[in-house]
Amino acid sequence: MTQTIKIDTGPDANGHFGEFGGRYAAETLMPALLELEEAYYRITAEQKFQKEFSELLDKYTGRPTPLYYAKRLSEDIGGAKIYLKREDLAHTGAHKINNTIGQALLANWMGKKKIIAETGAGQHGVATATVAALFGMECKIFMGKEDVGRQAANVHRMELLNAEVIPVTSGTATLKDAMNEAMRYWVGAVLDTYYVIGSVAGPHPYPVMVRDFQRIIGDEAKQQIMEQVGRLPDKLVACVGGGSNAMGLFYPFLNDDIEMVGVEAAGEGIDTGRHAVTLGEGSVGVLHGSKSYVLQDADGQITEAHSVSAGLDYPGVGPEHSLLKEMERVVYKSIDDSEALKAFKALCTFEGIIPALESSHALAQTFKEAAAMDKNKIIVVNLSGRGDKDLGIVRSLGNDYF
Amino acid sequence: MKNIQRRFEQLKQQGEKGLVAFVTAGDPDFDASRALIEKMIDAGVDVLELGVPFSDPTADGPTIQKASQRALKSGMTLKKVIELTTVLREKTDIPIILFSYYNPLLAYGLTNFYDDAVKAGADGVLLVDLPIEESDELTSKWPGDGLALIRLIAPTTPTERIEKIAASASGFLYLVSKTGVTGSDGLDTSEIKMNVERAKNITDIPVCVGFGISTPEDVKTVAASADGVVIGSAFERVIEENIGSQGLNDLIFDFTKSLKDATK
Repeated sequence: MTQTIKIDTGPDANGHFGEFGGRYAAETLMPALLELEEAYYRITAEQKFQKEFSELLDKYTGRPTPLYYAKRLSEDIGGAKIYLKREDLAHTGAHKINNTIGQALLANWMGKKKIIAETGAGQHGVATATVAALFGMECKIFMGKEDVGRQAANVHRMELLNAEVIPVTSGTATLKDAMNEAMRYWVGAVLDTYYVIGSVAGPHPYPVMVRDFQRIIGDEAKQQIMEQVGRLPDKLVACVGGGSNAMGLFYPFLNDDIEMVGVEAAGEGIDTGRHAVTLGEGSVGVLHGSKSYVLQDADGQITEAHSVSAGLDYPGVGPEHSLLKEMERVVYKSIDDSEALKAFKALCTFEGIIPALESSHALAQTFKEAAAMDKNKIIVVNLSGRGDKDLGIVRSLGNDYF
Repeated sequence: MKNIQRRFEQLKQQGEKGLVAFVTAGDPDFDASRALIEKMIDAGVDVLELGVPFSDPTADGPTIQKASQRALKSGMTLKKVIELTTVLREKTDIPIILFSYYNPLLAYGLTNFYDDAVKAGADGVLLVDLPIEESDELTSKWPGDGLALIRLIAPTTPTERIEKIAASASGFLYLVSKTGVTGSDGLDTSEIKMNVERAKNITDIPVCVGFGISTPEDVKTVAASADGVVIGSAFERVIEENIGSQGLNDLIFDFTKSLKDATK
């Protein structure tokens, strides 16, 4: 019998998760954000919407994704049993599709025919381009030039799906700048364009909306683990860039007596200053429309994030994670590039599964947690994406990491 | 705050409209920026908006983005923008508005910011990413009413929302001329006129129009209905194209004067 914990993270009527979140946006966008909030709550309350959403998740993306017991890997580590939530098996190869289906369906109900998105690793870009094709919408994807280079396979996929990929050269030319540019474009095109934000970040209502579209991960995992072993897991682990796959897994378990670990990217190491440990090393600020932890200098300028994984290379984080950190409901740890690459290889070797570099951060932390736990304990880790997109970068790094 | 009101009343008596100049503080560096701004003031700027450079200016087009980058590279910070305000205040009594994204103020400390900005002689502040819904945190930490809070309204803002915004605005109301970032092309003058009239039916404070206004002709057209015209990217373009050139200060003077003349 598990204890029940009373956790209510919100958000309140203005989109605040405790002191975090909110809507810090240019006035030109405010009416669109208010309209979106109203439409989101009204439309998703309709049974017909939920039915369409759920049918697409089942029949188009192939949900439910399996919850798989990684036996060889668990035995090799010799600690807790590791279960993988296989979001890598969802259509387009990552959890991102859950959210883009939800938002594109919403945009469709709202009568918007054009969609735009930012992307880092390209997974959200591909997932957005995919639903644009599915719904017959015009699609533009903003992607940092740096990422266009290191995630070339995803750029080709987006182009095959008829999306226009716009390389962003401003600032650091990574995810943060792609988001800046997408917001700038949206300011000029707000009257007929829907902006599909890919994480639990951005101004209200995005953090709550993306969480709600992603909670299917945790809802399924909960049901699956009950079916397979008859009890809840002892621990959940997920990587955190903006934090959507982690919110998706954690949210349905917040009131259960279960430990949760979010894993940020330590890049070349926290000491080097070249990392993306926003919750662990950052401070409270406002970036991309919400108040949350950010990486910044003493003068409030946002600093560069670094990670081998483009999807975690972000100096911000979703506001609900900031609240969960302050409440100490979730523990946030970090894994560096080299640890992530070792975990990447281990999953290939022991289970025949090539994970995304983002998910490899969660795996590396899972290995540490599992080793310190008894064999009768259970960890569920979110395998948020597959690693095909990362083959080029892993190859270029050589075998020294393994 | 009174200083802004006084300036617009004075302009009204003289039968002129206000030239509101936006400059990224510290572009290309502190001293050069100060010299440029002093030239602009000599040429007749009525209200100065000092832009606080920010690493992630999501409401700005490429011209102001680049200006911010140059300023940041030269070591500009909010603290130094306040220092620049002190220096300029010794030379001029025109209203000075600090124009910023919210994060640099949060990092500075909201009460400290108020104290230091007032002490430096700033008259107001405009925060481009702080809508009315999020403003309580700021204003509740301000111990007095020494700083006007300039508010933005956009063509997308519904009338009911303009009423709410105007109720909490002071100094002047900044009407964004079109949907888009700063410096984007194309002015729809009849739409601007309609939006100015809509705003003036709601508020008694001056209405100034900005975004995408770049020539004396634009100024003349917009000034026909608005109380003031805000120019930003057009100044930054002159600076960008002439950095390091000895003639830059004179070019800025002449350009500013041509804009000011168009408000008369």
